[in-house]
Amino acid sequence: MSILGTRVVRTEDPVFLTRGATYTDDLTDERLTGALHLTLVRSPIAHATITSIDVEAAKEAPGVVAVFTGADVDLAPALLFPAANKAMVRPFLATDRVRYVGEAVAAVLTEEAYQGEDAAELVDVDYEPLDVVVGMKDALTDEVLLFPEAGTNSVTSMHLAKEEAPEDLFADCEVVVSREIVNQRVAAAPLETRAASAYWGEDGRCTIFCSTQNAQSARDEVAGWMGIDAKDLRLILPDVGGGFGAKIGADPEFALVAWLSKKVGRPVRWNESRSENMTGMVQGRGQLQTITIGGDRDGTVKAYRLDVVADAGAYPRLGVVLPMFTKMMAPGTYDIPKVWSTAQVVATNTTSTAAYRGAGRPEATQAIERAMDLFADEIGMDPAELRKKNVIAPEKFPFTTKGGAPYDSGEYAKAIDLALETADYAGLRAEQEARRKRGDAVQLGIGISSYVEITGGGAFVENATVEVHADGTVTVLTGTSPHGQGHATAWAMLASDELGIPIEKITVIHGDTDLIPKGAGTMGSRSLQTGGIAVHNAATELVELAKQRAAELLEADVDDLEIDKTTGSVVVKGAPGAKSVSLAQLAEADELKIYHEFDGKAPTFPFGAHVAVVEVDVESGKATVERIYAVDDAGPILNPLIFDGQRHGGIAQGIAQALLEEVVWDDEGQPLTGSFADYGIPSAAELPSFDLITMETRTPVNALGYKGIGEAGTIGSCPAVQNAVIDAVSHLGVSHIDMPLTPLRVWEAIQEAAK
Amino acid sequence: MKVEITVNGAITSADVEPRTLLAHYLRENVGLKATNIGCDTTSCGACTVLVDGESVKSCTVLAVQADQQSVTTMEGLGTYADGELTHPVTAAFRQGHGLQCGFCTPGMVMAAVSLIEENPDLTEADVREGLEGNLCRCTGYHNIVRAVLVAAGKDPDAAQAAGTADKTVAPGFSVGEGDK
Repeated sequence: MSILGTRVVRTEDPVFLTRGATYTDDLTDERLTGALHLTLVRSPIAHATITSIDVEAAKEAPGVVAVFTGADVDLAPALLFPAANKAMVRPFLATDRVRYVGEAVAAVLTEEAYQGEDAAELVDVDYEPLDVVVGMKDALTDEVLLFPEAGTNSVTSMHLAKEEAPEDLFADCEVVVSREIVNQRVAAAPLETRAASAYWGEDGRCTIFCSTQNAQSARDEVAGWMGIDAKDLRLILPDVGGGFGAKIGADPEFALVAWLSKKVGRPVRWNESRSENMTGMVQGRGQLQTITIGGDRDGTVKAYRLDVVADAGAYPRLGVVLPMFTKMMAPGTYDIPKVWSTAQVVATNTTSTAAYRGAGRPEATQAIERAMDLFADEIGMDPAELRKKNVIAPEKFPFTTKGGAPYDSGEYAKAIDLALETADYAGLRAEQEARRKRGDAVQLGIGISSYVEITGGGAFVENATVEVHADGTVTVLTGTSPHGQGHATAWAMLASDELGIPIEKITVIHGDTDLIPKGAGTMGSRSLQTGGIAVHNAATELVELAKQRAAELLEADVDDLEIDKTTGSVVVKGAPGAKSVSLAQLAEADELKIYHEFDGKAPTFPFGAHVAVVEVDVESGKATVERIYAVDDAGPILNPLIFDGQRHGGIAQGIAQALLEEVVWDDEGQPLTGSFADYGIPSAAELPSFDLITMETRTPVNALGYKGIGEAGTIGSCPAVQNAVIDAVSHLGVSHIDMPLTPLRVWEAIQEAAK
Repeated sequence: MKVEITVNGAITSADVEPRTLLAHYLRENVGLKATNIGCDTTSCGACTVLVDGESVKSCTVLAVQADQQSVTTMEGLGTYADGELTHPVTAAFRQGHGLQCGFCTPGMVMAAVSLIEENPDLTEADVREGLEGNLCRCTGYHNIVRAVLVAAGKDPDAAQAAGTADKTVAPGFSVGEGDK
């Protein structure tokens, strides 16, 4: 029986549950012996010119070895995203101007960590405050410029096509609904904050230990920033304590750590505090959206328009490109004849934006799923019926959308039906009606989302090396970069299934750029469908190689040989007890190793439907999620344990954005959510258990039919919960409330509607 | 100041600054790195350890306050032998996939040990409330709550089979289709 599809507990866990994982700050690596601690002095002001920096007192403080300012750093300011306005570059330490609260201004190196905090307090920076721009609409006016030399705050603008919007987009629609909605800024907040340590070897090469989701591209980025050859840089990833997109690539601090280490000739360690992380780490979402949906009163949706303004923050990074995914996925699961979308990206005096679980796709789903509910409300149709009437029919796949997305496979109506059926939709509506009639203080809301997302988008190539050793153990090298996703277990399962060697004997290695020079890392829910397939293919090729070598030994035709998956041996088909040779024996004779590079050539499109059931206390405005019924179809399931774990985490983050989380600045650009005491990460007490419903629709894109599951839960749950809360109070005249749906916002919406 | 703290049964001592946090003492002076620090506001609980059997956030206790006391960290809970974790809580976390990136895990496990010790008759609601001070960003808590219930002898599946699920767990607290 194949191990694929079975519930295998993780091989990572025994260490994680005894001595604990080893994160960058836990390293006791001897190469870091005598390392200095880096403490960064960060700007307390959102926008200012720096008139002077006095570091003399800090230099005299106990344990201080050196203090550096921007004037000392000879690295050229970096353009952190290639497609951004070329003037919008970030210095590694601020020189003449700061552009957000938390920008690094000076670097203090001390023998011990506590000494660094003391000395950083003594660095005296004079700031001359400038006008601050926080809101995206204000930024678009260009009245306050972050980069005067750019002449604009606009980072880039993207349209669906070169031509202007068709004037007749909604001409043949009986009903058109339009409104502005906010997809608020949120913090990824992995439990491990950012960290990096660096040392320079006598050979002139630099090694950086750091927390990132992709060692190889982080290496290339850092090398580029430092102006050194990537060959002279080695990145090693210890265990990584979560990423959720915010650890994609390198942070400028990594290069600064390496530069400082070279400058002082000693290893340097850096591990930021949570409060630093809440302004220093890139954040997600941050879109103002205008949705316009049109169609007929019978529920036929005929046209949809989405106009996006996205917040890049102070120094444009990956966030610049994410609206492209929002545009691409704009029509969602629906067969809408006319679709138009635009996007603008603008710089503000806030933390930079980049990917966060879903990265551009949740924003698209939130918009279209709100639009569907608004349209259903307008024509008086059940939102589930409206969705089922307009989803793309299964016989239309493969289906290229008006957004340009090549959907591979999907059963959208089936997913909706499955979720509704499990939730007892009719029963819930009856209960809702009863509570409304009674005028209960606690009302019931039912929210639906139908979603499709893109996984492996833009990064289809991944490699793996599988080697069988003479002692019967196996090493798998992968270009993916797990940080909680369980690749050590999952890749071992894939290799084991081909080789017939148990997973206990298979070691998976990742995140060392000397051992694995190429790789695209773990992001965009890509790992299984690219890296996993690469492991599968490498193992398959290794078996072929083994059979060729065994043919001679066993005096048999290659075609008559097969692998005995119970013993890891090459045997003659249909001749039990005949001669055989184990993979280990073959490895003893000659290296048994395959490098495979897999090119998926195309992304895949997982889909599903979520039904959220919430209770809303109309007197206090407090919303509580009672149940989530989630259908998440990402093709065949490799390991249900890990698969469901990804869904759970994703669902929780979607609920969190819907109800609790928002990064907030005041008008002066001061963060009001600068720590875990202020930012609303949910605990176990704020969340329900989740009802997961299985559906498996293969993709034709790869041999095993796998799609990605990492982000699906977030994409599905967030709109379902927002729709549910609004549904709970819709009979009071409320048609929309922006996220997060805090008690205050819900209560205010009820009061406003009552006027 | 000189402190003497018994950590996982072994006596440790060091001369520390009065401001040294217990979490830093454990990590830097004793060299036990399982205990993590995830925030600076006593919010996340990644640093949870037991001091004389009671769970505390070691980022909010000074090493000098733990002088002459006994501290237990996850490293002190048991071992991995013959393919099994020897402590019921860590074993349940593994079986139930109650961890992903592992960063919150040592604190979560210690909070769970304390919770089970305090309340022998835990329900799902008790577990959720009891773990309110421990944040996890990966699991959505679903499997953590399950694992704690299992470790407490309140296996949700067994309860469902026995028809007592409403008392122990939410009705929808199944292990998911994939496991059936």
